Amino acid sequence: MSGYEHALKYWYPIAMANELAEGQTKHTQLLGNDIVLCGNNRGSADVRTAGKPLLVQSDYGHVWTTLSDDPHPLFSIPEASEHGRRFVPCGVVRVSCSPLRAVENFLDIAHFPFVHTGILGSEPHTEVYKYDVNIDETADEVFATNIKFFQPQASKSAEGGIETEYIYRVPAPMAAVLYKTCPPKPEYLDVIALFVQPLDEETCDVWPWMALYDDTSSMADLIQFQQLIFVQDRSILENQMPRRLPIDPGHEIPTKADLTSIAYRRWLKKRGAYYGAFEGI
Amino acid sequence: MSITLYNYVLSGNCYKVRLLAKLLDITYESVAIDFHPGQEHKSAPLLKLNPAGTLPILVADENIFTETQAMLVWLAQNHDTSGTWWPVNNSDQIANVVQWLGFSSRLSATIGELRLNSMLNKAIDVDAAKQGSQQSLRELESHLCEQRLKGLQWLTGNNPTVADIACFPYTALSPDAGIEHDEYPSIRSWLHELRSLDNFLTMPGIHELHELKSIDGKTP
Repeated sequence: MSGYEHALKYWYPIAMANELAEGQTKHTQLLGNDIVLCGNNRGSADVRTAGKPLLVQSDYGHVWTTLSDDPHPLFSIPEASEHGRRFVPCGVVRVSCSPLRAVENFLDIAHFPFVHTGILGSEPHTEVYKYDVNIDETADEVFATNIKFFQPQASKSAEGGIETEYIYRVPAPMAAVLYKTCPPKPEYLDVIALFVQPLDEETCDVWPWMALYDDTSSMADLIQFQQLIFVQDRSILENQMPRRLPIDPGHEIPTKADLTSIAYRRWLKKRGAYYGAFEGI
Repeated sequence: MSITLYNYVLSGNCYKVRLLAKLLDITYESVAIDFHPGQEHKSAPLLKLNPAGTLPILVADENIFTETQAMLVWLAQNHDTSGTWWPVNNSDQIANVVQWLGFSSRLSATIGELRLNSMLNKAIDVDAAKQGSQQSLRELESHLCEQRLKGLQWLTGNNPTVADIACFPYTALSPDAGIEHDEYPSIRSWLHELRSLDNFLTMPGIHELHELKSIDGKTP
C-alpha cells in the first residue's frame, strides 16, 4: 500500500462547522485532489470531488470528509461532550510544510523557550525532564505522559508562571491532541487539538481546536492566544529541511528530548503512513 | 489619557502600534478583535468605529484613528519625550519621515496582502502582489544601502523614527509570504538594528534575537 492509499482511509477537516451559508461554495484540496464544498441547512456541507459525493460528518467544531468509501472511524475526543468546557475553533492557517511536520512540531516541548519565549517557555528553564512515551496497542495511538514544563503563561487564563503538566496523544497520522494543566481549575486538563488537512505532501491547512475551562476570557482572546502560538511555529515549520518528514532513522539525529517524535515516526513507519514523509534520496 | 487599541495579534499594522507603544513605554488597553475566523472587524459595532472595516483602530482621548500612520504620529507626538521619533523640529528630516510613512502603505498593500494569501488563504492577484512586493523591497534595499554609504543606519537619518516602525513589520514578515531576505543585505542589517532596540517587542514571524544574550543575561 502506498502512503497515498494509506492516507485515503482517514477523515480530514475541511471547514469549520457553520462556516458556509446554505448554498455557499468553497474550493479546497485534499491529498492532491480538488474538493468542492456546498453549505447545507444543517451547518455542514455537501462535499464532492470530481463530481463524486464524499462522506461527511460534523464533529469537534469542524466538517470532516474522507476520500474513502470505507474509512477508519474518526478518532474519539471524549472531552468534546463534557459539560462546562468552552469549545473554541481557531480558524485555519496555511503552512508550506509536510502535514506530518505540522503534527510533529505540535508534539515537541524542547522548542517552547526559544520559539514561544515568555509564553510557553523561557530561559533558563529549558530542560526537558524525563517523560514517558507509549503506544496504546488497543487504541493504536501514541501517548506521551508525565511531561512537566515551566511555562510563564501557559494559557490565556494563566496569571503567572506555573509548572504545567502535559499529556500528548496522536490518534491519527495527521491529528494530535494535547491535555495540559488548566490554570483556573488545576484538577482539570484543558484540551487543545491540531487537526491537519493535507492539501498535498508539502502543504497543509491547520485547524486548531480547543476545549477549555475558562469562563472569563473573550472568544477573540482565546482564539488569538492560540493563533499567536501557532503562527510563531509557522515560520519555523516552513524552514525545516527536508520539507517532508524523515521517518527512517539516520536522516536526522534525535536527542532524548525528542522521545515523542521518535515514537511518532516509528508509529507512522509501522503503519505505512508515508504520505508527507521523506523517503530518502 | 486613555488609549484603546482594537487589536489582532497576527496583523502587521496592529503590531506597528504595539511596537511603538512598547518602545516608548506607553500603556494602553488592548481589545482583541476576532479578525480570523470571526471577521469581527466587518461587524456592525466595529464598522461604526471604522467604516472602512480595517484594523487597527486606535481610540486616543477624543480621537478615533483608523490609519496606522496617524496612530504612530499621535503616539510619538504625545509620548516621546526625546522628540526624535516624530522629529517635528528637524526640518531636514520630517518630510522624509512622511515620505517613508507613505511608502509603508505600499508594503502593506503588496507584502501584507501576499502574506494574508499564503497564511489565511485570502483571494488576491498573487502575481501582481509578488511583483509589487519585490519592487518595494528593491526600492527599500537601494535606499538603505545609500544610507549606509552615508554612515546612516536608519531610513531618514541617524535615529529611528515612526517611519522605520511603519516600514518594519511587513518587510520583516515577507518570508511569511514566501519572499526571503537573502537578496537584501541592507534590509537585513536594518531589520537587525531594529530588533536590537531596547524594549523591542516580537510578534509571530518576528522572533527575538536570542544570540544577543550572554550567560549572565546582559546584552554584550
